[in-house]
Formats: sequence, structure tokens, C-alpha cells
Amino acid sequence: MMDVERLETILTQYEGYPQDLIPILQDIQDQYHYLPKDELKVVAQRLNVPLTKVYSVATFYKMFSLVPKGRHELRVCLGTTCHLKGGQRLLESVSSHLGIEPGYTTADMQFSLETVGCLGSCAQAPVMMVDDKYYARMTIDKVTKVLKLYKE
Amino acid sequence: MPKIESVDHLTEYRRQIRAQRDPKQQQVLVCSGPGCLPLGSTEVAQAFQEEMQAKGLQGKVILKSTGCHGLCAHGVRVLLRPQEIAYEKVTPEDVPEVVETSLIGGKVVERLVYQDPVSGQTAVHKSEVPFYQGQKPLVLRKLDEIDPESLDDYLVVGGYRTMRKVLFKMSPEEVIDAVERSGLRGRGGAGFLTGRKWRLCRQVPGEMKFVICNGDEGDPGAFMDRAVMEGDPHAIIEGMIVGGYAIGAHQGYIYVRHEYPLAVKRLTQAVAQAREFGLLGNNILRSGFDFDIKISQGSGAFVCGEETALIASIEGNIGEPMPRPPYPAQKGLFGMPTVINNVETWANVPEIINMGAEWFAALGTEKSKGTKVFSLVGAVNHTGLVEVPMGTTLRQIIFELGGGIPGGREFKAVQTGGPSGGCIPKQFLDLPVDYDSLQEVGSIMGSGGMIVMDTTSCMVDVARYFISFLFEESCGKCTPCREGLRQLLNILNDITSGEGKEEHISLMEEICTTMASASLCGLGQSAANPVLTTLKYFRAEYEAHIRDKKCPALVCRPLLTYTIDPEACTACLACVRECPVGAISGPKKEAQRIDQDICIKCGRCHDVCQFEAIKVE
Ligand SMILES: Cc1cc2nc3c(=O)[nH]c(=O)nc-3n(C[C@H](O)[C@H](O)[C@H](O)COP(=O)(O)O)c2cc1C
Ligand code: SF4
Ligand code: SF4
Ligand code: SF4
Ligand code: FES
Ligand code: FES
Repeated sequence: MMDVERLETILTQYEGYPQDLIPILQDIQDQYHYLPKDELKVVAQRLNVPLTKVYSVATFYKMFSLVPKGRHELRVCLGTTCHLKGGQRLLESVSSHLGIEPGYTTADMQFSLETVGCLGSCAQAPVMMVDDKYYARMTIDKVTKVLKLYKE
Repeated sequence: MPKIESVDHLTEYRRQIRAQRDPKQQQVLVCSGPGCLPLGSTEVAQAFQEEMQAKGLQGKVILKSTGCHGLCAHGVRVLLRPQEIAYEKVTPEDVPEVVETSLIGGKVVERLVYQDPVSGQTAVHKSEVPFYQGQKPLVLRKLDEIDPESLDDYLVVGGYRTMRKVLFKMSPEEVIDAVERSGLRGRGGAGFLTGRKWRLCRQVPGEMKFVICNGDEGDPGAFMDRAVMEGDPHAIIEGMIVGGYAIGAHQGYIYVRHEYPLAVKRLTQAVAQAREFGLLGNNILRSGFDFDIKISQGSGAFVCGEETALIASIEGNIGEPMPRPPYPAQKGLFGMPTVINNVETWANVPEIINMGAEWFAALGTEKSKGTKVFSLVGAVNHTGLVEVPMGTTLRQIIFELGGGIPGGREFKAVQTGGPSGGCIPKQFLDLPVDYDSLQEVGSIMGSGGMIVMDTTSCMVDVARYFISFLFEESCGKCTPCREGLRQLLNILNDITSGEGKEEHISLMEEICTTMASASLCGLGQSAANPVLTTLKYFRAEYEAHIRDKKCPALVCRPLLTYTIDPEACTACLACVRECPVGAISGPKKEAQRIDQDICIKCGRCHDVCQFEAIKVE
């Protein structure tokens, strides 16, 4: 069931111009951790833009997801500096500890794993983030410890 | 905060807050920039807060969390003013001693100051630390001084003085003249003359005009713009007000990538403060000039840093670049003439007007004026942010400020300009860094990422990395870019996994030429640079991969063999637990062995072994 009120609180902050589309989708993504189908239909109607356009925007940008995300979002940096300092192996280690490939969510909906182009903390590469906490100068032997902090 | 109604009111308010502040008062400035934040700067600041309270120092000592102090490698950094004592690698556990010894006792905690890795010599004060000597901070100047969340702090150091001068004493033409004479070139990539762009936009008729700040900072390995947006947001706002006045725009946009949540927060807050204070909005200080700013967030697409894609994104569309001309200065946001500049470009503007175009033009080289901020990262001792006059050599930046390469290893290359840039080898270390010199060696200035590589980096892998990054990020609108990147990536994947063929090299060169000439936007046009520069300067490495099926830097994993040195192995079994395919086994309490038939060469055993028992060939 769609939570009408929850969506309305977002929509009322905007004037309803087509250029409000992306900020509205960002708000929905932030609050719901994905873009639910029914909500997208309402957004399209309200802004008077075709649903196909809503979907083309939602699929073009990396931050949007059409499927629900896990409770914790893990982002492993694969920016240049992190790449040179072993970011890829860090990613593989996290991925095998969680049992999911990047882009996916664990079956218990606890963790989603993503990669990111650069987190802007390159001086401390390799870097990863869990929700809004940074983990700097990561090493593979720290992965288990970090994940444990978030496991139920 | 009061609403400021007039120029006199602003002068009076500034006088008041200055009078309230005692320059001799003890200040503790905790760095909370992009480098120190992940190292626990919040906890350090918290510890100071508590310890100072416990010792009855609140009210006597001012505690601030500031932007980046520059030398991020030695974070968390804490600066004591007015003494300018620079503490490094501070943890919450160090805080009681700092409070006791320095704040109460007036002495230096010797173990927390800079120590030269070679000579062992220490430097207590910021000005004595080699990293800071030879820098010329204009854009970064206030970062270790002000609380970025305080408009008062910005006003105390002279903020919004330039805006006042511009709105009341200068005509738009005079402002444009000044920016033009300063020789300022865009800091976001192409290095276009800022004054010329503004003039063009002013001359184009339009019922509305816009200014945009490009804070997308997509280049991986670069964080200069993040540091400025988080550490000195009002400088950007002030620059944009000046630009808006000069071209006749009444609305500005700051486009920030959503990967920078703190930058979004700081800018949103700063815009709200400026508006509340009367520095944004209608009839600013009764000058008759209206100007306001909106914050627009990116959604995770590298190509949106390109100006026409960025504009499409603000308009609510997918971020596909458009052919230029028309340039945004002619037909930009909502079809109106628009000036779009990079964060650092905007942040330079107030100081240029304030100090004068000639002062700025006296810095730097003939065609590249002023200073440039670089994010110095990778295989270099002093990772962090540096700001130097244009024309400073790579050697000075990497070896004098940067303190050279860690672990006594050898310098191999420095990558500048992000994915559109190139890898510059050792023989060009004495190259003066400016727009034209970098271009001559096949790279670009770009936005200021400077990624240092030593002998542990494989240049074929670096090229493959950038092509794979760009392949992911290409918007796919035009064929040369989309297909060219796909083919390059396939070839580079082949080479790095031992499937390379001799003819691959000329094939890549051919693809690169087509992409450079036939792609629609800068992403495709410059995508070849990482491949071309590595092919040019490091061809032998390509040949080693193709002919000998060897990766000399021991990076390309399919070409490596992992074995365990029985002498060194302590049978701790860390690698056995880490190996994803169960390739490692052995009797209990004895050296372990890797079964080469099972091993998938993931390299993780090597990473977890604390005893250097895993050998790579
Ligand atoms: C693929 C691509 C990505 C870009 N990314 C950025 C960016 O992240 N930040 C930026 O300021 N400019 C970026 N640019 C350059 C902009 O298109 C534009 O030239 C710049 O914002 C103009 O400002 P400036 O003259 O002050 O440099 C990018 C260009 C291309 C082709
Ligand atoms: S060059 Fe690449 S990124 Fe640019 S428009 Fe063409 S496909 Fe898109
Ligand atoms: S981690 Fe190193 S020391 Fe421990 S068992 Fe493996 S090879 Fe031996
Ligand atoms: S390289 Fe990977 S697969 Fe091979 S032994 Fe080491 S951990 Fe196992
Ligand atoms: S490259 Fe990973 S934080 Fe910048
Ligand atoms: S973030 Fe602290 S020194 Fe750069």
C-alpha cells in the first residue's frame, strides 16, 4: 500500500515544475531507499511529465534504485587513488563476506553493496563508507570487524 | 543574526564583531576536512570540548572545527592559534595532554609535532613545516582559520567586502575588465578565460541570465572542490554574487554531487545565512541589485560535470551533453545566457577584485595566472591539498611539498587531469605546472587531481582502469565514444590477462584517434589521453604484457603466481580463512601451501598475511 501522506510531505515542498523531478526523486530515494512504482506514477502526474521520462531519469542516474535497498548501504570507493591502493581487492573481500555482488542487497535486507567513483577522502585511500560513516585506510583484515558493527 | 539593511549597517556590524574578538585569545582549530573526518576528527573535537569543560576553560579558549589544513596524511590535525603550533595525528587520547601542557601550561607537546621522516628534525610551528613552505594559499587561505558554519567568521576576515565594493563602486563592465586583466582561467578543466566568458555572456541579449557553480567534482582522486565547498562556502557565494552582477543575472545555482553530503549541508546553510542576513535576495544592501542562489544536487553521473549535461540535469532531464556551439554563455539554462564556472574559479573572484587584477596577474606564468590547488594523493608521503603558484614544477610539488615517495620506492609517473588527463613520466619532473606545459606532454591540468605512482603501479592497468571508468560513465549518446570505449576496454582486458596481441597497440591508437575527433563531448574527445600517454611513455610495459605475458609491476593478477614461503609462514591460517576458493591448505602448525590449480589469483592471501610469507611473481 502506498503511504499517501509520506509522499505528500515531499511533494508539498515543491512548486510542481518539471525541473523539480530530480530533487523529488532524490527525496524519495533518501527516505524510502528506493523509488517505488506507485509513487513514481503520482510524481509523473503531479509534475505533468510522461511516466516514461520519469523512468528514463530514474535509470540514468546512479543514485536511484528501482528495487528496495538494504538497511545499511555500503559503498566501496573505486576512485583512482583507492584503485591503486587495493580498492578492487577490498571490494572483492566485502563482496564475498556478504555473499553478494556489487549492486545487490543481501537476502535478509540488511546490506546493499555499491561502488563509487570517488568519495573525496582520497588522502586516506582506500576508503569505504557504511551509511554516512567513513572508514579510512581500509585493509582486508579490517573488513570482518567493520561488518560486525552493523550485523544484528 | 540581524538583517543588514545598508552598507553602513554592514560596516558597523563588522566593526562590532571585530571589537568583540581578541586576536590574542587562545584558539583550538580542529581540522574536520575530507581527510581528517574519516580519521576521527569529530571525536577529537568532542574530546577537546569535554576536557576544556572539565578544566574550566570554556569561554577562555575558543574551539572550532574547520576545513582542511592541507597535510591530510598526518591527520587529525589541530592548530593552536595565535601561536601557530601545528599538532599532527591527534587522537582523542592525546587531548588531555594538549589541554594540560599547551592550553594550561603554555608548553609544546613535542611528540605531536611534525617530524621529518629523513632527518628526524621537528617543526613546531606551521610555517616551519616543509609541506607549507613554498605554498601560496589564496583559495585555501581561510580554511584553517574560520568556522565554515559561521558567517561572522567570514565577515571578520574581510568577507563580503568585495561584494560591497562591486555593488556600490564598480560598474559591471569594470568588474569584467578586472577579471579579464587578471588573466584568470577556469579551474574546472579546459582553462577558458573567465573574463572573456563573462563578457560574451553579458553581451548576449536575454530576458534572464544565470550563473552556475560547477561543484560536481567527478574526477576520481580529486577533492579540492569538496574542501572549498565544505571549508569556505561563503567565498563561493560571494564570487557568484559578483559574477551575477557582472553579467546581469539574478539567479544562481550551485550544483553539488550527492556523494558530498557535508558540502551540500554547508552550502545550503551558508546560502540560508546570507539570505537571512540580507546578502542575498532582493535589493541587496539597498544597492538595487537582486540575486539569489539555489542548491541543486547531482545524482551520481560523472558526465554531469560537463557543462551542457549539468544544465540538462538542473532542468530535470537526463544528463546528456549537447553539441556546442551554442555555448552556455549564449544559450544555457532554460535557454538563457548562462555563465558556468568551477568552484575554485568562483572562489578566486573575491580576492582578485579585492587585491586587484595586477596583483593576481603577477602570480604564475605568462599564460597561466594565479595559483592552483592540487589534491596530491597516491604514492607520496604528504598526501593532502596544496596550493602553489602556477609554474611550480612537478618535482617541487611531489618531492619538496609532498615529501617524496614512501618506503624509499622510486617515482614512476604522476597522473594529472582525471580521466581526461595523462600519465607524466620521470623525465618531465621539472616541467612547470601550467595549462600549456601539461598539454604539451599529452596531459591536461584538469581540475587539479595529482595522483603519484611508484614502481608498484602498472601503467597498463592504470590505462585499463580509466577506460573502464569512462566506459561505465559514458552517456552512450554518440557511437564513437560508446563503441570506442567498449573496444578499448576489451583490448586492455585482454592485455592485462595475458591475451594481448602485437596488433592490439596499433588498433588502440586507431580507435583513440577516431574517438578524439568524432565524439560529441569532452568525455569522449579526451578519453584517449590515459591510453595515449601510457603507450607513449611506457610502451615497454605494454610489450612485457603482450610478449612475455608478464606484469613487471606485479599488479595484473592473471599474470601472477602466488606461493607461500615455507620459511616465513607461521601457520597462522589467516590466509586460509580469507581464500575464497579454499586453495590453501597444509598440516596443522606447519607451513601452508597454495594449490595452483584451484587458486583464482585474487591476491587476498597476500593482503592478509602479516608475515610476508606470500610471494608474488
Ligand atoms: C566529462 C566532463 C566532466 C567534467 N566534470 C567537471 C567537474 O566535475 N567540475 C568542473 O568544474 N568542470 C567539469 N568539466 C568542465 C565543464 O564542462 C566546464 O568546462 C567547467 O565547469 C567550466 O568552468 P571553468 O571555466 O571555471 O573551469 C567537465 C567536462 C567534461 C567534458
Ligand atoms: S562523447 Fe561520450 S559522454 Fe559525451 S555525449 Fe558522446 S557518448 Fe555521451
Ligand atoms: S597468512 Fe601468512 S603466515 Fe599465516 S598461514 Fe598464511 S602464509 Fe602462513
Ligand atoms: S590468490 Fe586468492 S585464490 Fe589464490 S590462494 Fe590466495 S586467496 Fe586463494
Ligand atoms: S579515490 Fe577513493 S576517496 Fe577518492
Ligand atoms: S582534512 Fe585535515 S588536513 Fe586535510
